[in-house]
Amino acid sequence: MTHVIPVFKREFLGYFRSPVAYVFLVVFLMAAVGLAFFLGRFFDAGQATLESFFVFHPWLFLFLIPAAGMRLWSEEKRTGTIELLFTLPLTTLEAVVSKYLAAWAFLCVAIALTFPMALTVGYLGDPDWGIILTSYMGSMLMAGSYLGVCSLMSALTKNQVISFVLSVIVCLILLFLGWSVFNELLEAYLPQFLADVLANFSFITHFEPFTKGIIDPSDVVFFLSLTGFTLFLNVVALER
Amino acid sequence: MIEVSNLSKSYGTKPAVSGVSFRVQQGDILGFLGPNGAGKSTTMKMITGFLQPSSGTAKVGGIDVAVDPVGVKRQVGYLPESAPAYGEMTVLEFLEFIAESRGFRGADRKAPVERALRLTHLITVQHQTIETLSKGFKQRVGFAQALLHDPDVLILDEPTDGLDPNQKNEVRALIKELAQEKAVVLSTHILEEVEAICTRIILISEGKVVVDETPAEFQARQPGARLDEIFASLTKSDV
Repeated sequence: MTHVIPVFKREFLGYFRSPVAYVFLVVFLMAAVGLAFFLGRFFDAGQATLESFFVFHPWLFLFLIPAAGMRLWSEEKRTGTIELLFTLPLTTLEAVVSKYLAAWAFLCVAIALTFPMALTVGYLGDPDWGIILTSYMGSMLMAGSYLGVCSLMSALTKNQVISFVLSVIVCLILLFLGWSVFNELLEAYLPQFLADVLANFSFITHFEPFTKGIIDPSDVVFFLSLTGFTLFLNVVALER
Repeated sequence: MIEVSNLSKSYGTKPAVSGVSFRVQQGDILGFLGPNGAGKSTTMKMITGFLQPSSGTAKVGGIDVAVDPVGVKRQVGYLPESAPAYGEMTVLEFLEFIAESRGFRGADRKAPVERALRLTHLITVQHQTIETLSKGFKQRVGFAQALLHDPDVLILDEPTDGLDPNQKNEVRALIKELAQEKAVVLSTHILEEVEAICTRIILISEGKVVVDETPAEFQARQPGARLDEIFASLTKSDV
């Protein structure tokens, strides 16, 4: 897997060689913090927690991760560089993994750059740092799953707009399955066990425990297996 | 060095290449001729391992590309049509990336990158981003990328496309020089180019090999006729 390194490096630095990284980071940070302050009433709550910050992450990611991931394969296909990449001595799996990891590392940087929020609650009160840490972990894991979906959608088309729209739709479905409003609707029409099974496929269901300080192995496995599965399909889609 | 037998590729029900066979030895410069859409690029993409053939085999240096694509990719330098590259990188960054991907790590990548820059006369623009370069320079970046690891086999899809006459001559001279210890396959629309550098001509029409001979034999088909007249008479059905 040493072949992963050059492609990873190129892809990760590629974000910073174009304005993409800076525009994305500014929008991401403004949206993440803005949602917590204005919708989440971060200050009014008067509590030293980041709950009102993390609760919006599944919704924030719904639009911002497809925006970051839409170009992953679409752009390679459109500009023809995919021909270059796949005539270098590396396997499709190595190419998929290295590009994915580069994009994920970039998203982790974006998420980590929200650290002033944590410093703020630390300054104003006495927060539970364990919960903040698990929340960040959950957020990064969830971002990885969103990105897996986006990478797959991006491999299906050379049009970035189509890639973005498809990604948002698939992520929206995976999100809605666990949204309480939608869940009640499901329970009204479907047998209880089926509604529960469907809810189990949601980002929110598996992200919430992290924001309460709980690392449940089943949640970790959910995010990792969803990521693994989408990347597997990604390889299949590219080799087709 | 290259052995292609009965190679076919179809997209859906439409055949793009059907039953193409040929061999290329060290020292050969094989000119791929044919109208647009005849299957030249598709055949080249199958030899490089970028496309999977529907049937038939392509071997490079004895390795079947369907069995060990990475093994083939290691030996081949490929210039895709219109020389795609990551436009936001500088020429140097791009070639260093290619060098690293080809297994030259750390200080080892300096020598092959410098050699490629020198051979393709890119030293003066090495710190410019590729997207700011003119078509001729971009083409040379693609060429530099293909010969960076000094491969045994060079596959060049329209290598002189977009170059001015002087640059064309330069690239031809370079190909000729490199070909002494390599096997080269190049596709072109320019018939004079074939005459100038190729040791063999393969003419593809509608996905099939119509002609496989030396430029002299090709010319002898209609003595005194211009090459494009011979080309036209052989590819009449493919318009």
